[in-house]
Amino acid sequence: MSIQAQAPTERRPPETRDLARGVRRRAAGQALPFLVMAVFTVYMLAPLWWLLIAASKQRSDLNSTNPMWFADVELFGNIVDVTTHRDGLFLRWMLNSLLYAGVGALGATVFAGMAGYVLAKFQFRGRELLFNVVLGGVLVPATALALPLFLLFSNIGQTNSFWAVFLPSLVSPFGVYLSRIYAASGVPDELLEAARIDGAGELRTFFRVAAPLMAPALVTVYLFQFVHIWNNFFLPLIMLRSESLFPVTLGLYVWNSQATQQAPELRTFVIVGAFLSVVPLIVAFLCLQRFWRSGLGTGGVK
Amino acid sequence: MAQATVVARRSSREAAGRRRLGAAVLLLLPFFALFAAFYLAPVVYAVYQSFLKVERQGTFGAPTDVFGGFDQYARVFQDEAFLASFGRVLLFGVVQVPVMLVLALLFALLLDSGRLRFKRFFRLAFFAPYAVPGVIAAIIWGFLYSPSLSPFGWLTERVEFMSGSVILWSLANVTTWMFTGYNMLIIYAALKAVPPELYEAARMDGAGAVRVAWSVKIPLVRPALVLTGVFSIIGTLQLFTEPQVFRSLTTAITGTYTPNMVVFGTSNIPNFHLAAAFSVVLALTTFALSFGFLKITQRGVQP
Repeated sequence: MSIQAQAPTERRPPETRDLARGVRRRAAGQALPFLVMAVFTVYMLAPLWWLLIAASKQRSDLNSTNPMWFADVELFGNIVDVTTHRDGLFLRWMLNSLLYAGVGALGATVFAGMAGYVLAKFQFRGRELLFNVVLGGVLVPATALALPLFLLFSNIGQTNSFWAVFLPSLVSPFGVYLSRIYAASGVPDELLEAARIDGAGELRTFFRVAAPLMAPALVTVYLFQFVHIWNNFFLPLIMLRSESLFPVTLGLYVWNSQATQQAPELRTFVIVGAFLSVVPLIVAFLCLQRFWRSGLGTGGVK
Repeated sequence: MAQATVVARRSSREAAGRRRLGAAVLLLLPFFALFAAFYLAPVVYAVYQSFLKVERQGTFGAPTDVFGGFDQYARVFQDEAFLASFGRVLLFGVVQVPVMLVLALLFALLLDSGRLRFKRFFRLAFFAPYAVPGVIAAIIWGFLYSPSLSPFGWLTERVEFMSGSVILWSLANVTTWMFTGYNMLIIYAALKAVPPELYEAARMDGAGAVRVAWSVKIPLVRPALVLTGVFSIIGTLQLFTEPQVFRSLTTAITGTYTPNMVVFGTSNIPNFHLAAAFSVVLALTTFALSFGFLKITQRGVQP
């Protein structure tokens, strides 16, 4: 930790006229924070509320009824419509996103955890160099990689394939960084020595002893990478041509562009699709939020 | 006897050391193989591509790639649309990033103040937009900005959110909406990591809540602020998804609105060599700016 306490040095005796002010301040001190947070809660949640309302409306009600309140609730019918449109293309997109992000993040987490553990717990020449190269990777913007990746994949004739989007997502330099920091402080050397004395092999020691201790960091890496892949738009946009390979974000993007240009009937599909793609993510996030915070702390206070 | 054990231990340690090295390589291999293939190789390849140019044999002859030196880079710096797009995202960043980080810091301090009720609810509510992918967020706000659908009719009648002079700030609003809660959580986590005794000492010295926040808490969360600042700078320069989505909704956004859109458009023409040069310049600028920010903000802080 590179932080230092800066305690105020001068001692100030409380003055009497400060007391009355203090009482008023205390009342304001309760209400004002609440008020500020309440106002911004409206800002944060209104768009999502609108999405729920809009997704529940029939097409004809969309323009003509109160945008922030329910009209005839057609949510279920709308969901059936969007999921059956063109042989369930939308469901295919959701499944693709789940494969790209869910499985990709899992692989990325395992690989980053292993690498971070070794970089923290093994002494060898070139260790710092390797780590610094990885750190440099954290700063390389994903969009700068997308175009050359496309060219490399096109050289081997593999653009417009599942692997072109899936394989690059298995790499998480930030995950290595976080895993290393966490393993260095969270996995005691004595425990590793004990496992070795008990005759456990190195791989077994990692998976049975170190990995469980690194669990909070690994969950964080998984969540970060999941979001990163789920939100990655540039790479699939450049790589993919076949609709059947699209992640849900790219699919909805295409529908949205078509809805504003030539096919206005797609508009309700875009709204309901956006709703369906956001809800599971928000629910998952809210459930896993405590892991986020512990992990964010690890990364934030370097 | 004691010496014999030491010697025996040392030789068994060496054997174990070799086994450990093998295991270390095995554990490192998957990540670094993929890292080399999907990080290092593209970077090297982009740099290589940026130094090539296409030459034709006669007017209609077959195109061949030849070494072009800094030709592409000369074109990059003469490309007015590209330079304009840079100016645009810099203006965006100079306004949006400070606004967002000040808000995030304020919310984190309020959450941490101990005076706020329904803390858990507020935390969840502010973080929720982060779970919305950029494409979806842009689609949602696109609807909210459109006068025919927007619930904020009284506002959309007065302000044309999708018009040329306002659109940059309409985009800034989408970004702020998505990332303020995320940054708030990073800062809040850093605040939680501070031992409470530090605050007590300050309070004993007669410091009020605001004074404690200003003189104790903010200096302590400086590393978190720097981190969120760097990520925000990188994000700003890479701006692509939201303007690309808005492009189909308004003519105010051209194909060269942000640097990344220039890269995308150039590669679609296709002119890969020039697009690669754009990418390299963009990545280097991002790197320089975030690194410079890191250096400036860490001046005066002990390592």
